[in-house]
Amino acid sequence: MKKIKNILETNVLYTLIAIVIGFVIGALFLAVAGISPGAAYAKLIDGVFGRPKYLVWTMVYGSPLIFTGLSVAFSLRTGVFNIGAEGQFVVGSLAACAVGILVQAPPVIHALLCILAAALAGFLWSYLVGLMKVKRGIHEVLSYIMFNWIAFYLSNYMVNTELLHKEGDGEATKNVLDSARILFPEGILKVLDCSGANWGFLLAIITAVAMWIIIEKTTLGYRLKAVGFNKEAAKFGGINADKSILTALGISGALAGVGGAVQLLGMGARISQFAGQEGYGFQGITVALIAGSNPIGCIFSGIFYGAMKYGGSKLTMVGAPEEVIDIIMGCVIIFIAISQVFKALFKKTVKGKESK
Amino acid sequence: MDGLISNLGLLINATLVATPPLLLAALGSCFSERSGVINLGIEGMMTIGAFSGAAIGLVVGNGWIAWLCGGLAGGLMALIHAVVCIQFHADQTIAGTAINFIGPGLALFLSKAIFGSSDTPPLETAYKLPRLFEGVFESGSFLGNVLNVYSVAYLVFIFSGIAVFVFYKTKFGTHLRAVGEHPEACESLGINVYLVRYICVVISGFMAGLGGAFVTLATINQFRPNVIVGQGFIAIAAVIFGKFSPGGAMKACLLFGFCSGVKSIITMSNIVSPNLISMIPYVVTLAALILFVGRAHTPAANGKIFERSK
Repeated sequence: MKKIKNILETNVLYTLIAIVIGFVIGALFLAVAGISPGAAYAKLIDGVFGRPKYLVWTMVYGSPLIFTGLSVAFSLRTGVFNIGAEGQFVVGSLAACAVGILVQAPPVIHALLCILAAALAGFLWSYLVGLMKVKRGIHEVLSYIMFNWIAFYLSNYMVNTELLHKEGDGEATKNVLDSARILFPEGILKVLDCSGANWGFLLAIITAVAMWIIIEKTTLGYRLKAVGFNKEAAKFGGINADKSILTALGISGALAGVGGAVQLLGMGARISQFAGQEGYGFQGITVALIAGSNPIGCIFSGIFYGAMKYGGSKLTMVGAPEEVIDIIMGCVIIFIAISQVFKALFKKTVKGKESK
Repeated sequence: MDGLISNLGLLINATLVATPPLLLAALGSCFSERSGVINLGIEGMMTIGAFSGAAIGLVVGNGWIAWLCGGLAGGLMALIHAVVCIQFHADQTIAGTAINFIGPGLALFLSKAIFGSSDTPPLETAYKLPRLFEGVFESGSFLGNVLNVYSVAYLVFIFSGIAVFVFYKTKFGTHLRAVGEHPEACESLGINVYLVRYICVVISGFMAGLGGAFVTLATINQFRPNVIVGQGFIAIAAVIFGKFSPGGAMKACLLFGFCSGVKSIITMSNIVSPNLISMIPYVVTLAALILFVGRAHTPAANGKIFERSK
């Protein structure tokens, strides 16, 4: 009985339940639309696991999401909510794009410069929001929303400037120089049979581990968590709360910015004019929630979301709209958000049985 | 001189086309925010309203009925938000984010499932929302541009008046403002906090749905991906800029609608990048937050979880 109780205490169980419910609701929509959920989900699974190269693509899709997931997770652990990862991702990829096109440098160093620029851009974009929070008491969620859209239009503006715009028509920048790309060497790409395989995934894992160490094992992490947990108490304990909030938001922004660089240098190579928000930042919120805000968990939930996106892109082959993925993931968020209700309900049932 | 007047006419016309969706969504949002429930899902609710309006318009062939159905679809979406936030005490920001996944996802899913394409077939003019003075003025004349707009463009200002009246002159208005400030006190006075909040959140979704449906039934004549893009968030910005009051939101929406109008006119002439003009609503809202801090009053219980005492 004690074992059951322990399982009921862990959040992983409720996250899994939320994911299952998400798929069930997705299946309902598919069935109502006259599409066999079995066939659609089989395609989804086959699209991810069917061939080794599919798995490589899944990692490629997942890498930027691990970064935005880490960004949101880090903010949640430190008591703020980075709903602005979307904007930081955009300015990050914009900065990386500019450095990738305009700066000449040897390979590896050039890529590192791009990533550094992206981290800096994301850091600043988020730091400004932090300043508004600590200096003027403006809730970060409000300013992040504004910053997301300013970044959106800034990127569309920059894409069309002479400096970055590619020759001729079309609404995209030039490609970044090859020296800035983070693709695996030609030989490995051939072996993997995947033209987009890149170092981003490895970088994501290293970053996730580093974030875990910072949060769990360093005084910096302790300080940030303390402020997130109880700002007044932390202040009383001699921690500079404002400085901690600024640091937390800055780091969180930098992570999302690097996500933008990884996407750009690994996959896209250029930025196209946006018609709508790309969603990497918002998907990062889902990644962080599924991971329970644990950096290591973000690796797995990032891969999961990457798999859903990559596998989902193949759903049209069986006549199922790929947007079912958005419906499933949206439902997953909702059911994670109300998981406390399940928790209470389950515990009650177990208790009821015990008393009998 | 003639050129100036006709340009002014075009600008007013463009403003009157751009304002209604923002204003409808913003008025609704005032209800939700003031009752203490943050609704970041406005964008998703507008999108589902936009799709439902266009799709139902094709079937019933009456713009008004289709418009109302768009509102109802938004209201249904908001009901999910209400249940999750009010009944189950979910984090409101996170629930709103989820709605922004589900709304656009569902709209595109249904469009593809029903029409086999992400765009719905275009509506005939007779199926759209009617214009106020069709055929009375010479098309393209100043009066034609200013007066012969979609009836809804003027109706929304009457709605604003009604919203102000409900907010400040009715018992319900007093209750909704009170539950957003101090729900515990309201409960002890016998006000049903949950009920008031449920009503307010559903109103916000209904109005957002109406706003979205205006886009597909008037501004253009079909649902397409990205028809809403950002308008829900501009509405939220307008509510903040308007200090959470319907009157303030109306002024803010007129300003932002005007920006949109300017944008649609200068896009043809290439003087200033339309992308820079698109930033204005967000930049001025941020500036207002920074400059008038303290005076921009956020409802005290906004976003806080309220549990009914047993």
